[in-house]
Amino acid sequence: MAGTQINPTRMELTRLKKRLITARRGHKLLKDKRDELMRQFLEIVRETRRLRRMIEEALTETNQHMSVARSLMNDESLAISMLYHKQEISLAVEEKNIMSVRVPVFKTNFRTADPGDIYSYGFAFTSCELDEAVQALSDLTDPLIRLAEKEKACQLLSSEIEKTRRRVNALEHVMIPRYLFQIRFITMKLDESERSSITRLMKVKDMMIEKTIRARKASDEA
Amino acid sequence: MYKIAAMGDRDSIYGFASLGMHIFPEDRMENPATTLHHLAEQDFAVIFITESLASRIQEDIDRYKDRPLPVIVPIPGVSGNTGAGMRAIAQAVERAVGSDILKDA
Repeated sequence: MAGTQINPTRMELTRLKKRLITARRGHKLLKDKRDELMRQFLEIVRETRRLRRMIEEALTETNQHMSVARSLMNDESLAISMLYHKQEISLAVEEKNIMSVRVPVFKTNFRTADPGDIYSYGFAFTSCELDEAVQALSDLTDPLIRLAEKEKACQLLSSEIEKTRRRVNALEHVMIPRYLFQIRFITMKLDESERSSITRLMKVKDMMIEKTIRARKASDEA
Repeated sequence: MYKIAAMGDRDSIYGFASLGMHIFPEDRMENPATTLHHLAEQDFAVIFITESLASRIQEDIDRYKDRPLPVIVPIPGVSGNTGAGMRAIAQAVERAVGSDILKDA
């Protein structure tokens, strides 16, 4: 505020007043945007937390099965059973618009239609713990993809909220006060110059009247 | 069509292979961060990564935070749940709100 040169003219005043109105309207809109983003964000975060807790518990259990299976089988046969998988998963990515934040939405496609095609090995040489782990993981596929969607939505929304919040704060605490100050400065300057021109006019008028009075007195005496 | 990847130690991610995800065991890559960037450039939409590996290349993961794709999801590995995944959500809340208001919710 200090240090900025302001032209105390009427044109500048009109311009600043217009900008102040725009800034106020922008501030209100951004504030509304922030509030709505926040509401949506908190909803998604709650869901994400719930989903993640569920998945983490399930995965920990799966990992236990996996560890047992691993201890029962040698490295080689485990690698062989896992590496030649029949199933292949692919994703189609669509976009969802949350308050003009684009978040990805995934659609899963499996190569083979049979959801039971997850056992890529014969049952003869593998541990049943492995079957359990694989079965549990296959049940988790969809939740895992949902979790990925939700977490990305969380991250993208939070960065959008951060940006919006900064803009709101900048308008509220910097731009609007600055405009108000400049407008007051110009009004005061203009008022001051008006007063000074009035006093000058009054003074000139006084001087003119005095002059005429003196001239008339002189002519009367003569 | 996008693919799904899983990165981490062998035991934690072997199971994902049977679901048809592409697995990248830790002991087969020279530099996990390079692998991650490599995957991100290809058409992998979702990358699951074990928490223990994620914690080592956190900076590289954070680079993809504000991009729509890929999604990098930390998952607990066989070595146990470190709570890093939950912390990441808490961080997002903190970034948006200013403080973690949903701690116990």
